[in-house]
Amino acid sequence: MTYAAGVDVGSTQTKAVIIDEHLRIAGRALIDTGSNVTLAAERAYELALRDGDIDEEKDGVGYVIGTGYGRFRVTFGDAQTTEISCHARGAVQMFPGTRTVLDMGGQDTKAIKVNERGEVLDFAMNDKCSAGTGRFLGAAASALELPLDELGPTALRSDKPVRISTTCTVFAESEILAWLAKGKRDEDILLGVHQSVASRALGLLRRVGIEEEVTFTGGVARNAGMVNVVSGMLGFPVNSGEDSHFMGALGASLFAMDRIVAKHAPARV
Amino acid sequence: MDNDTSPKVAPQATLDSSELVGRGNREGNRLFKEWYGRVSSGPERGEKAAYVFVMGSAAELFESFGFNLVLPEINGLQTAVRHVAEDYIDQAEGYGFATDVCGYVKADVGMQLRGGDHPMGRIPPPDLALQTNVCNTYIKWGEIWERLYHVPVVTLDIPGSRAAGRLPGRGHVDYENDLAYVRGQVDELVEVCEQVSGRRFDQDRLVEAMSHANSMTRDWVRVLELNKSRPAVYNAVTDGTVYLGAVNALRGRVEGADYFRDVVEELEYKASHGLGTPFEERHRLAFVGVPCYPIYRKFSEMFTQHGGIFVGSSYTWFASGGWSTGYEYDLAHPLDSLAEGLLVTGRAAMDTMFHVDRVLAEMAEPYGIDGIVFHAIKSCRTVSSGLADSRRAVLEQADVNALLIDSDHMDPRVVAEAGMRNRVDAFFEGLETRRLLAGARS
Repeated sequence: MTYAAGVDVGSTQTKAVIIDEHLRIAGRALIDTGSNVTLAAERAYELALRDGDIDEEKDGVGYVIGTGYGRFRVTFGDAQTTEISCHARGAVQMFPGTRTVLDMGGQDTKAIKVNERGEVLDFAMNDKCSAGTGRFLGAAASALELPLDELGPTALRSDKPVRISTTCTVFAESEILAWLAKGKRDEDILLGVHQSVASRALGLLRRVGIEEEVTFTGGVARNAGMVNVVSGMLGFPVNSGEDSHFMGALGASLFAMDRIVAKHAPARV
Repeated sequence: MDNDTSPKVAPQATLDSSELVGRGNREGNRLFKEWYGRVSSGPERGEKAAYVFVMGSAAELFESFGFNLVLPEINGLQTAVRHVAEDYIDQAEGYGFATDVCGYVKADVGMQLRGGDHPMGRIPPPDLALQTNVCNTYIKWGEIWERLYHVPVVTLDIPGSRAAGRLPGRGHVDYENDLAYVRGQVDELVEVCEQVSGRRFDQDRLVEAMSHANSMTRDWVRVLELNKSRPAVYNAVTDGTVYLGAVNALRGRVEGADYFRDVVEELEYKASHGLGTPFEERHRLAFVGVPCYPIYRKFSEMFTQHGGIFVGSSYTWFASGGWSTGYEYDLAHPLDSLAEGLLVTGRAAMDTMFHVDRVLAEMAEPYGIDGIVFHAIKSCRTVSSGLADSRRAVLEQADVNALLIDSDHMDPRVVAEAGMRNRVDAFFEGLETRRLLAGARS
């Protein structure tokens, strides 16, 4: 069996995916990135090997591509590719009808226009500001003292969302506290927060042009509340799934498999 | 912008390659330092300083009166390139300027508060200043000097284009009225120059300065055109910035005219011998906006490491004061022509900022452009507003890839290098994909 790996070192979490020659996910792992980026990459990779019961000595992994902000710190990797290309490739592999990708991560939100082969035609990202990213939700979780994975389900219980007017992640906390002081319920505040984040994301999507199908990737895609709000604003359902969080690493592993198949490995993509 | 895709090049050269290639940068840097030296030591010789901007400088008129030109925008970018801009900006913010105010303005205020202390010399205070409405900030900037030094500050009001990037020309009633309006202001400017300099207006000296400027303009247009060559004979962002320094600082002077004659000789030699920049040319790019001076070298390397060479830049159009139009003075009617030059180049500078998509779409094919990089800067809404729209518009008109990045030309506090690099890397991945697809189709 031939294996290829992708390691996505994000600002918040590190993901590793190992695929086999049939492009099926054989192993995956997800850990917090922490302060040692290189160590995080190694650990995620080892955990993915273990998850797939793959013996690196015996089975071998033919090619490893690093992606994400820490891609150049994947010291055991063979090449690097940006997460923009990787999310696009992974999304089309997972949902072949994808023509637009919304990737929402810890610090970045990206809108990516792709063709049927998962090649990037255009992209837009938030710049120098974490409004509209997972970090905004993190600020809300902190202010409301809720774990991140409860944000979406809580927001879904709301029918009277408040309006969050600030776009600044730092000021969001004080705005949330102000709503709490006015007696607003957690779920109403949280739905307002989700709508605020989604409206920023939609602005990015419009910059590249929204074409169905839209696939939602990145850590925030695991948040059912955000999937629901984004779908509602778009007016049609977006693709998302259990592995949405791994889309960057999956894309990187697919590029790695390309290299193995082509037996051609230039230093950079 | 004509559509001639093969620049006509004189094949012969009088010097050998080692003397010619790179001479423009070497000489440009030398002349630039010399100019700063002359400006710094001007007060010792009793020479007066005229503060002007790169758009609408009327350099020839000031030259005829013997003023030394001070270009505050260039002073500002020099502090950024030399990694001290933040010190000046901090000082201006401590003085009361808000974080959102243009970084060039704050670098200048910081420098004035330090008595003209600058990495390139000691910049004298203004004896008079000239500004136009081509940049909104110029007007408020001039008021700062007026308050600090109580010197005459002249504002030239240049009527903007009313044709969305398509200028009405001679014979059109709007054009003639606008020209008469600017002509009247030129007379007022001449009077102020006479009062401040203590000299009478000397038409012969103005004509001489205009003659040098005409020579420079012809060669400047030729320089821009020569980058249709493959490989490109210079990088329009890095080498282009050296050339821009000379365009602005040496306008109306014989050394400026001589310098550009030499630059053309060098670039024609390179074109005829197939010599490009020191980097492999995989992708031919156009640049829109102002370079990221706080990380100037790294910014350039983000592109050259992928084989991205800037063959054209909107900066070379508007930051040359609009002289990329090729407007030449009528030496028989110098003051009339000075007014027309201010009108035509001022409008052109505005149009290359506000209607950049049209120029880009027109140059895409003759210059063989694969991708366009739009660089929005926090400091300057004048050059950055509408870039997302321009990007979309040019993508509808030309078959190119486009990247929009956002940082600043002065303030390192708002330059996120890692994020910028990520976008640039992804842009080149897209360009490589495009190349693969094109190869597959053919």
